[in-house]
Amino acid sequence: MSRFPLLIGTFFLVCSAAWAIDSEGPLPNPEMQARYERLTNELRCLVCQNQTVADSNADLARDLRDQTRAMLLDGASDKQIVAFMTERYGDFVLYRPPLSSRTALLWAAPAVLLLIGAIALGRIIRRRSLAADIPVQGEEALPEAEPRDT
Amino acid sequence: MRYLIPIGLFGVLVAFFFIGLRLDPSEVPSPLIGKPAPVFDLPELKDLSQRVSNADLSGRPTLLNVWATWCGGCRQEHEMLLQLAEQGGVPIYGLNYRDERTGALRWLEQLGDPYVAVAYDPDGSGSLDWGVYGAPETFLIDPDGVVVYKHLGPMTPSAWREEFMPRMQQMRGGSK
Repeated sequence: MSRFPLLIGTFFLVCSAAWAIDSEGPLPNPEMQARYERLTNELRCLVCQNQTVADSNADLARDLRDQTRAMLLDGASDKQIVAFMTERYGDFVLYRPPLSSRTALLWAAPAVLLLIGAIALGRIIRRRSLAADIPVQGEEALPEAEPRDT
Repeated sequence: MRYLIPIGLFGVLVAFFFIGLRLDPSEVPSPLIGKPAPVFDLPELKDLSQRVSNADLSGRPTLLNVWATWCGGCRQEHEMLLQLAEQGGVPIYGLNYRDERTGALRWLEQLGDPYVAVAYDPDGSGSLDWGVYGAPETFLIDPDGVVVYKHLGPMTPSAWREEFMPRMQQMRGGSK
């Protein structure tokens, strides 16, 4: 019984080689292989839009992987490869689109939403602490604070 | 007054969903619009000794239709393409995408051939330059060889009427 997790673990260990989606072997040097992996993980597969080119086994993703590989072997820079892809597929192919007037809202949204949340939270806390201060001082005020709200 | 903020937020959400859920996320705008057609030079499907290249796509408005025998939407739109070819308003060039030659030839023989010429691209390398990511796709190219419009999915009478025809009329008006 106790061997069961170990068995499962071994199973996954053995299988990991089969998860590799590339038909071809790794690139000649590890630095290039790392760049290849980083690039294909940042490119979106346009057929199956929530997968990266590295993850997807769609034909198009394979084409884009082969293209990336060929360009790396040709000595292209990361920038050149990304430019090649966006020239053909637009910014949409990038999981991290560049900052432009069209994507400004996209990039600003997290900060703006956080700010709105912080302001709202601050106001609520201030109001509650004012409300809690008025009737009684000391610890008895605390248990009362909750039912009053509902 | 108390409910004003939640109702307002709800309204904003409704507006976002109303717009957002109508957008089709699979329709990726093509960066090629307004730019010269990508350079390509591919063998002709029916006669491999011939070539199909950019030279074919200039001098008059043309359509470039990306198709394959494995593509269901291509079969759907085939009748429409045949009709357009019969009307003769615009020459239709084919781009056979990741396909097998014998099957593609049989397709044209059995279903009819609307194409002036078909570029044969079995490994998808030429199609990559066109930013093809799904068939069928149809490009409208102006007489100067500039990509004017890209239609994703099967060509339909309404797409033809609403998207292609006005742009072609504009080309005729503009070039004269």
